[in-house]
Amino acid sequence: MIFQGKQKIWSDYQKEIPDDHWFYVRSCIRQGFFPGSEVAFLDICRNKLGKDFFETEHHTTCGGIAYHAEALPQETMMTIIARQFALMGEHGYKNYVCSCITSFGLYTEVLEDWRTFPDLEDKIREHLWKSCRRELTKPEYLAHASDIIYKFRNEIAAKAKHRLVNKFTGEPLRVVEHIGCHYSKMFPSKGVGGAEYPYVLAGMIDSWGGEVIDYPERRHCCGFGFRQYLVKANRGYSMSNTHKKFESMEPYKPDMIITNCPGCPYFMDRWQYVIAEQTGKTYGENGYGIPVFTYEEVAGLVLGYDPWDLGLQMHQVAVEPLLDKMGVKYNKKDKYKGSGGKILKIPEFPMNIKCC
Amino acid sequence: MIDFGYSLTPSSTIEIDDADMSLFDELCAVEPDAIKCMSCGSCAASCTAGVFTDLNLRKVLLGLQRGCEEDVLPQLKSCMLCGKCHIVCPRGINTRHLILSICKIYNI
Amino acid sequence: MKRNVLIIGGGPAGMEAARRIRDYGHTPILIEKESRLGGHLAKWHKLFPEGESTEELLTSLTADMEGINYFTDTNIVSINKLKNLYVAIFSNGISVQADAILFATGFSMFPAEKKEEYGYGIYNHVITNADLEHFFNTGKDPRIKEPKVIGFVHCVGSRDEKAGNRQCSKVCCATALKQACEMKELYPDATIYCFYMDLRMFGRKYEDLYLNAQRKYGILFVRGRVSEVSEDIDGRLVVKAEDTLVGKPIRITMDLLVLMAGMSPCVENPKIASMTGVHIGEDGFFMPRDLLYRSVESHSKGIFFAGAATGPKTIPETLNEARAAAMAIDHYFKQKA
Repeated sequence: MIFQGKQKIWSDYQKEIPDDHWFYVRSCIRQGFFPGSEVAFLDICRNKLGKDFFETEHHTTCGGIAYHAEALPQETMMTIIARQFALMGEHGYKNYVCSCITSFGLYTEVLEDWRTFPDLEDKIREHLWKSCRRELTKPEYLAHASDIIYKFRNEIAAKAKHRLVNKFTGEPLRVVEHIGCHYSKMFPSKGVGGAEYPYVLAGMIDSWGGEVIDYPERRHCCGFGFRQYLVKANRGYSMSNTHKKFESMEPYKPDMIITNCPGCPYFMDRWQYVIAEQTGKTYGENGYGIPVFTYEEVAGLVLGYDPWDLGLQMHQVAVEPLLDKMGVKYNKKDKYKGSGGKILKIPEFPMNIKCC
Repeated sequence: MIDFGYSLTPSSTIEIDDADMSLFDELCAVEPDAIKCMSCGSCAASCTAGVFTDLNLRKVLLGLQRGCEEDVLPQLKSCMLCGKCHIVCPRGINTRHLILSICKIYNI
Repeated sequence: MKRNVLIIGGGPAGMEAARRIRDYGHTPILIEKESRLGGHLAKWHKLFPEGESTEELLTSLTADMEGINYFTDTNIVSINKLKNLYVAIFSNGISVQADAILFATGFSMFPAEKKEEYGYGIYNHVITNADLEHFFNTGKDPRIKEPKVIGFVHCVGSRDEKAGNRQCSKVCCATALKQACEMKELYPDATIYCFYMDLRMFGRKYEDLYLNAQRKYGILFVRGRVSEVSEDIDGRLVVKAEDTLVGKPIRITMDLLVLMAGMSPCVENPKIASMTGVHIGEDGFFMPRDLLYRSVESHSKGIFFAGAATGPKTIPETLNEARAAAMAIDHYFKQKA
């Protein structure tokens, strides 16, 4: 691997990310999958970095999942998105940042469609006015929330309580970065680092002391798809794609995986359990799996947040071995306590994959 | 083991690294023309058996070259050795002789 | 009356045209941007279809340079039309008056790193056709280490609209087969694959080259474009394509991958066109008056083309065009007189 070659590609795909004043929209599924991630993101941006991030309870889904599952026509999806943009304008913002990769891909595509077909934009503008009495304002800058953490990765590194370094060996942690397909595969120029070697997560890993693993199937989709997972009969090949990735990364002995999409961390986490139960195979050390994180969770760990406040108890694959390597302190007894110390149910333990 | 109602799907990828080419090499030693095929499809188009069975000599040759003999060898059972493919092959491959050599080397 | 002909480009087209123009009794002035004459040809080792020596061809082309003024390391700064004359200023400060100009500007190699999925410049064992010729010439390339499995990828930056090159580069199929056979001679135990979309073996003896590659050298052919390349933990290359004739994806781990970088329009074409008003086609190559009958004449009076300036060409085609252009220039002068 010639590092300078990758650096050259990264320099070809730089993206302008404004410094402050963002209108933030959440993801539908991430709040269920990784409930601590979006809270941590806002807390990091607002309280650790001192930035203005606005959100409103009036925003909705972008319609992405229904659209990709062919349950929603394109114009309806575009009108939903136009309404989101209108909300941004009404609150006086120009920079739009979303938590979800599906949304980011869809927003990018819709803006491109409107640029290419101005008549379509006019039509949607009219739909929006007729249905909601709102005025469409298009964002000046569109970012995915991982772009923001990428932009402030060095500020975060400066405030780091823990680094991506194995405290037992002093070696950098070996980190697999997995980018959501719709982040830059459709529009390489809209993603930090492009589509072949995206730098958005690799940059965080570099800044926070870890070592990026380049394994052969790094570009491969996690297999989530939309219809592929939603229909039970199709889940086999959804899982087979994740399996392909794990088989490919296994020789590199990764300590952790970091992702920027709602679906990828969820499926790469949960499928490890299903694969273990079906085949007996696990990919981590000593019968554990490889923990899979969102970038907000990793930023949170680096900044010293309590792992249970970050929602890491919601992971299927045990995160404790990684926390130990990073030197993150945690109270075992508090793992299944919700906010305010409320005791949550303790899950059953699987047979073939070790959990804590 | 838990039955989830779905399971890993086998991959369709031809993994050349895992292919055992020793029989194919043996074939090429006695039938050097086996690798002259340029996949024009004349043999398959003219094949007496091919329109009623899955026999396709072009695909058999390619399958052997990729180490997928199990997928393609059963096709040869339909061959009637009529020699029409021999007439049309633009590379002049002695296809009947080739088919007999394949049967001998791959033991079918 | 002796007339000056400015020839831009000192590759095979420019060199051959210069001698012929001199033989017609005119004064050729040849400029070349590189430090030696020969163009891309000078970087090659052997040529298809029969492994002809580049050195010998270059020797023939340069054997008789008497009466030809040439400047290497020299670029065009400006060209201005003055009635029936062109006044050109060179980067070395010299200016000339030319009665006619021949564009023998050739092509630019497609920058293989633009096909990001192949990882040229990123993976240690991905090289280009030009790199391999350099290896044949010098025996040195740290990326080539006793390869056991070698792949050749045809059409890198050719027949690729997304990469900005819709055209077939014409010479890569034959070059790939030539190079594959040469590698087999160097590494007899290696397994060598060619990944092609169509094998365009159109010229005399080219089909023989193909047959030899199959029969004598045992080169294996996969009809399918390589879709992605990555590096495994041992630093070997994992190459994926579809074997379209089988109808299945194929994956092969390799020790060396050679990208057949195609011919792009010369990067200086737009600059030169803007100085002279010659036409450029939408593919970026110069547009002659017509593609059949007046293929060496431009739309501007007194400006002519030869070689790959008007699209990918083989060496004999280029040399013939150079001769045709010399004849057309002489004819143009005769008409003027």
